[in-house]
Amino acid sequence: MAQIELSTIRKSFDGTDVLKGIDFRIEDGEFISLVGPSGCGKSTLLRIIAGLEPQNSGQVRIDGRPVDGIRPSARNLAMVFQSYALYPHLSTFDNIAVPLRMRRLSAIERLPLLGPLLPGRRAKEHGIRADIAAIAEQLDIAPLLRRKPGQLSGGQRQRVAVGRAMVREPLAFLFDEPLSNLDAKLRVHMRAELAELHRRLKTTFVYVTHDQAEAMTMSSRIAVMMGGELIQVGTPAEIYNDPGDIRVAEFIGSPKINILPGRVWKDGGIDVLGSALRLACGATAGECRVGVRPERIDLGAGPFSGNVVHLENLGAEAFVHLAIEGAGLRLIARLADVRHLPAMGSHLAFGFASDAVQVFDSIGKRIPLKVEQAERVREPAHV
Amino acid sequence: MSDGAMTIDAAAVPARAARRTLPAHGSRRTYSAYALVAPAAALMLVMLLGPLAGVIALSFTDYQLGAPHFSWIGLANYQDLFADKVFWIALRNTLTYVVVVVPGAVIAGLAIALLIQSGTSLRSLYRTIYFLPVMATLIAMAVVWEFMLHPQFGLVNGLLRGAGLPAFAWLQDRSTALYALCAIGIWQAVGFNMVLFLAGLVSIPKQLYEAAEIDGASSGWARFRLVTWPMLGPVTTFVVVVSGIRSFQVFDTVHVLTKGGPSKSTEVLIHTMYTEGFEFFRSGYAAAITVVFLVFVLALTLIKSRLADRGVHYT
Repeated sequence: MAQIELSTIRKSFDGTDVLKGIDFRIEDGEFISLVGPSGCGKSTLLRIIAGLEPQNSGQVRIDGRPVDGIRPSARNLAMVFQSYALYPHLSTFDNIAVPLRMRRLSAIERLPLLGPLLPGRRAKEHGIRADIAAIAEQLDIAPLLRRKPGQLSGGQRQRVAVGRAMVREPLAFLFDEPLSNLDAKLRVHMRAELAELHRRLKTTFVYVTHDQAEAMTMSSRIAVMMGGELIQVGTPAEIYNDPGDIRVAEFIGSPKINILPGRVWKDGGIDVLGSALRLACGATAGECRVGVRPERIDLGAGPFSGNVVHLENLGAEAFVHLAIEGAGLRLIARLADVRHLPAMGSHLAFGFASDAVQVFDSIGKRIPLKVEQAERVREPAHV
Repeated sequence: MSDGAMTIDAAAVPARAARRTLPAHGSRRTYSAYALVAPAAALMLVMLLGPLAGVIALSFTDYQLGAPHFSWIGLANYQDLFADKVFWIALRNTLTYVVVVVPGAVIAGLAIALLIQSGTSLRSLYRTIYFLPVMATLIAMAVVWEFMLHPQFGLVNGLLRGAGLPAFAWLQDRSTALYALCAIGIWQAVGFNMVLFLAGLVSIPKQLYEAAEIDGASSGWARFRLVTWPMLGPVTTFVVVVSGIRSFQVFDTVHVLTKGGPSKSTEVLIHTMYTEGFEFFRSGYAAAITVVFLVFVLALTLIKSRLADRGVHYT
């Protein structure tokens, strides 16, 4: 269990800044996801925490102790790689035994022929075997212990990699997109398994992913990274419902949030698609962008309208793609009741509640809103 | 991805397919299959198996190069061979050569490959330099070595004298001549082995080293033992066997530098074969030596394929 603190971590490769000063504190025992599009620097950040990559400046502290310049092997962190990085020539048992043998046996005891003859070796091997048996029991991989990684399926390899990480009880676990090589169904299953593992071990998990669904479903906190910067850190609900930046709003949530062009008036009133909202803000007048999540769009009534251009029926829910005339805009609405789907090409009215709206200014920062009591008289909304 | 499963599948599918096509034996499909295989089979027969059978047949005759007649003499050539002291000397020298050159060339090749791989700059320059001996004609290089090892004005003895050590007549002394040839053999083979090892090193996934580092393999030696050496297994097997076969074939340096001397101390199998076959024109006898040589090469090849089966190859 460990608390990991990062202060002003900077990293550049060949003059390109990959990390632009990351300040961040990972609390003891939390499951934190670093999420962002590819190339945002999340994997680099993880590798800096692990010690596999040196930072150009800044400091990493684990439990208050600076670890810069300390070798990865001495940091007592475990890492699960995207490719699992199992040793292909070793059986599952030996793969999991590697970290234990490296720590408990001396260099002489590890020698191939001489090692097993040394006096203390047998007792130590016995301890190692007991530890591996316990891990195999927990992860349900006991029948696989004698197989080589080449004879395991993707999910099994994943579990062996987790076992190898768990077996030496590290201070924290680092995961580098561990589920991205699995098929969709298995990924959903492993998501639950990893979250459960975290609840059981109560150790710090740092989880890097580009899949916002993984981040949303497993983590206690999410850190969204874009372009080498940490944009927002918060619980999954905060990140989803209260994004501080339009990039966060667009990255989190599937299907993507609908962004509509809007305008802030001098008196603080907000228009979207030419209709006034019952909202006001303190921002300066000018262009703005209005975000509405697909599930917050009410179809059938409201001041706006569009044509149904595409329908996605997933069985439990459906997504209706609407093209808004004149605006050259498409938006997606979620329909909970799939029994009453609109016809393709039909003309639909829609609207949304005023608390469903997230307004962002021209550079993408969130504008705080206050809900107004009365309808504005300045310009009536045409239905 | 599993190796075992793959071999089972690969073995099972053709077997089943063969059983299905069995009733159709003699049909046009079978003929066209034979027709398609024929060119390759004919070539193999003419170029490889035919000459081999010829050599084996020749070894049972008293044929002499250019002679109009020959007669079958059964195993007489082999009896002569095994009774001949020169043959046993040649065999012992060849084996000594193999035992010295193979480990030397493999270890040196691996060491140089590791050094080049760990370096940051000038990689391709070093690679080219170490590969030069492989590209150069060994006969020409042997002449250069002759100068270098010359007792009076050779570079090697010059260096020894400079360091205050006694000079040697490397190629003229019975106790050092074979080892001098071994050194040249290693020098020549190192570049080739290095290139193979470099290719092997490049294909090792970088994440395995990172995993090893995180698992606690902090020293370079521990990472070599845990990742590099086992992952190079297939390459190493190949390099050892190829070096072994090439060492068995040692001829050019012997022919140019020592002609088997002094007093047979550098006599090797192929050189004996050459003298018997092309200087004394005893083709039948030379063929018998060739057969013995082939037995050794075949044994090496079998060892290699056996090792390959035993799972030196991974996924």
